[in-house]
Amino acid sequence: MRHLEVDPRLVGMLGALAVIWVGFDLLSGGAFLTPRNLWNLSVQTASVAVMACGMVLVIVTRNIDLSVGAVLGFVGMVVGVVQARWLPEMLGLEHPATAFIAVAVGIALGGAIGLMQGSLIAYLGIPSFIVTLGGLLVWRGAAWWVTQGQTVAPMDGRFRMLGGGIEGAIGATASWVLAALACAAIVAVMVMLRRRRLAFGFPVRPAWAEGVLMGLGCLVVIGAVAVANLYPIPVGVARRMAEAQGIPWPPGGLFIPHGLAIPVIVALLVGVAMTVLATRTRFGRYVFAIGGNPEAAELSGVNTRRSLMMVFGLMGALAGLSACIATARLNAATNAAGTLDELYVIAAAVIGGTSLAGGMGTVAGAMLGALVMQSLQSGMVLLGVDTPLQNIVVGLVLVFAVWLDGAWRKRIR
Amino acid sequence: MTAPLVEMRGISIAFGGIKAVDDVSVDLMPGEVVALLGHNGAGKSTLIKVLSGAYRADAGEILVEGQRAEIATPRDAKRYGIETIYQTLALADNVDAAANIFLGRELVTRWGMLDDAAMESATRQVMARLNPHFRRFKEPVRALSGGQRQSVAIARAIHFNARILIMDEPTAALGPAETAQVGELVKQLKAQGIGIFLISHDIHDVFDLADRVSVMKNGRLVGTARTRDVTKDEVLGMIILGKCPEAAVRGPGAMAE
Ligand SMILES: Nc1ncnc2c1ncn2[C@@H]1O[C@H](COP(=O)(O)OP(=O)(O)OP(=O)(O)O)[C@@H](O)[C@H]1O
Ligand SMILES: [Mg+2]
Repeated sequence: MRHLEVDPRLVGMLGALAVIWVGFDLLSGGAFLTPRNLWNLSVQTASVAVMACGMVLVIVTRNIDLSVGAVLGFVGMVVGVVQARWLPEMLGLEHPATAFIAVAVGIALGGAIGLMQGSLIAYLGIPSFIVTLGGLLVWRGAAWWVTQGQTVAPMDGRFRMLGGGIEGAIGATASWVLAALACAAIVAVMVMLRRRRLAFGFPVRPAWAEGVLMGLGCLVVIGAVAVANLYPIPVGVARRMAEAQGIPWPPGGLFIPHGLAIPVIVALLVGVAMTVLATRTRFGRYVFAIGGNPEAAELSGVNTRRSLMMVFGLMGALAGLSACIATARLNAATNAAGTLDELYVIAAAVIGGTSLAGGMGTVAGAMLGALVMQSLQSGMVLLGVDTPLQNIVVGLVLVFAVWLDGAWRKRIR
Repeated sequence: MTAPLVEMRGISIAFGGIKAVDDVSVDLMPGEVVALLGHNGAGKSTLIKVLSGAYRADAGEILVEGQRAEIATPRDAKRYGIETIYQTLALADNVDAAANIFLGRELVTRWGMLDDAAMESATRQVMARLNPHFRRFKEPVRALSGGQRQSVAIARAIHFNARILIMDEPTAALGPAETAQVGELVKQLKAQGIGIFLISHDIHDVFDLADRVSVMKNGRLVGTARTRDVTKDEVLGMIILGKCPEAAVRGPGAMAE
């Protein structure tokens, strides 16, 4: 274990996740650990996981963003109106560009809202709690104003792929190709980092430990894809697809796997990009330095105000992306979308080891935190636990997790 | 006569009515060490923070090599080659020594990514000069001792080829061996033509290292003297009583004769 030099907190989270999964599986008589349930779980986690990546940076700078759920609602409404009303008029129904324009609008609008809130926080010195609490009310109200409360539906066909579902999965072959690419990337990055350290004569992990880590990483990737490929699309849909392509329907039926869902791929790409941003770029370094000691960062020549504004801009852009995912999944834009999401996102980041005192947190942890939260919720739905009790359990788990994390952190000192 | 490396003229700054620095003028020649002395709360740190860009003066001007310099932020100061070791060290506790030393000036690879290996390597070199026993390169600065933290702060200031170095009580937390090392360092930097403002309460160190002393009392300048023209007792008199000796240039804060 010592030679592997892995973050013990990450291992702890994986352990907790394993306990939750196995526990629910036993309680539900084997209904939890099925390809179908795990696939749905992954899709349901995507939207909160994407926002949790941004929330980590916000919290690391000792701030908070309470507005993300409302921003999701507002951006979702605008995105819905743009593709269901404006673009069909301008480009015609189901135009190939519609989905791209809609997503671009969503990300840009979310980013603009974030930058605006961020500038109030960074340049006018208004506490982020207040600015984003105000934002929560403003954007939730604005979401209603977009259509006077009307729901907008249906969404563009290509846009809907962003929400998962049958059209939103990439199939078996493409999933395996992605898995191969991911494994190659894991190996390449680890080899490159090791070479660099060796070139400078720094200590490195023993080669076997490096191999074990690479193997584990690839195993997770392959396992996830294998599970996604074990979940077949429904018989009726499969038959229609076969007919459309002129393939005769065999007597035993056809096993057409879903493969990875597009929202899940998007969330994972966001996770990787945000990890790189947080740990390998100047911007990320500034974010952590600001969280550790804002005055020191400023005295060192970091433009702390600009960095802070950008953090909120990034958070807004991710909320805009999540708005697209959520709207696509629902195949409708409603002004209540994203209600309470801010709390789930903050909880995911905190369960994932982000310290509210600032200066500490990882993107991977926050994404795992989102998965833990969603697992709890899905598991309880599967067991028929009613909503009020679900909330009670999630609330208790949040408090317990933070206590555990704090107690553990004191022990390692 | 060449222009001074830095000249601060008539600097004043007040915090909510309290004049922390009041009409103070000091200057620094290349290769010169000027010690700033004064009792606790005299305004030494505040004065140099104006030079390092942390505070903006309410009045007065700063000249670098005879040219008026606009220093509004720490970034501006660094552009003029002014590096500072703050009394509070100003370290980000949650990141390691290399990250602190390069904060705001990170080395990046061809693809714009942080080059942590190169930064760690440079850190090992500069730390070897200051504190040869230092080994904890991978740990957050929080986990270091007071003296080790101070070494990191010094390393950050000297690594970037400063022309003007401000050291605000740089050896307060250091052991005797490390303090001697910093003394050696000051002499080396001086020989390279770097100008140094040194704030210290150790009068022996000051007489050992400084060419001139400027003494402040209650935010005002008592006077400036060459260390070889005055005795330690006279300097102590300046600090405690505000009494300006014959050999010193009188400042506005000197006790009336
Ligand atoms: N940010 C601030 N806000 C308000 N007052 C301040 C601030 N910084 C300094 N002061 C006040 O200005 C005066 C000068 O403080 P300064 O830190 O410059 O003293 P100093 O000479 O460096 O003392 P020491 O030897 O203790 O370091 C003190 O009275 C202090 O209380
Ligand atoms: Mg001071």
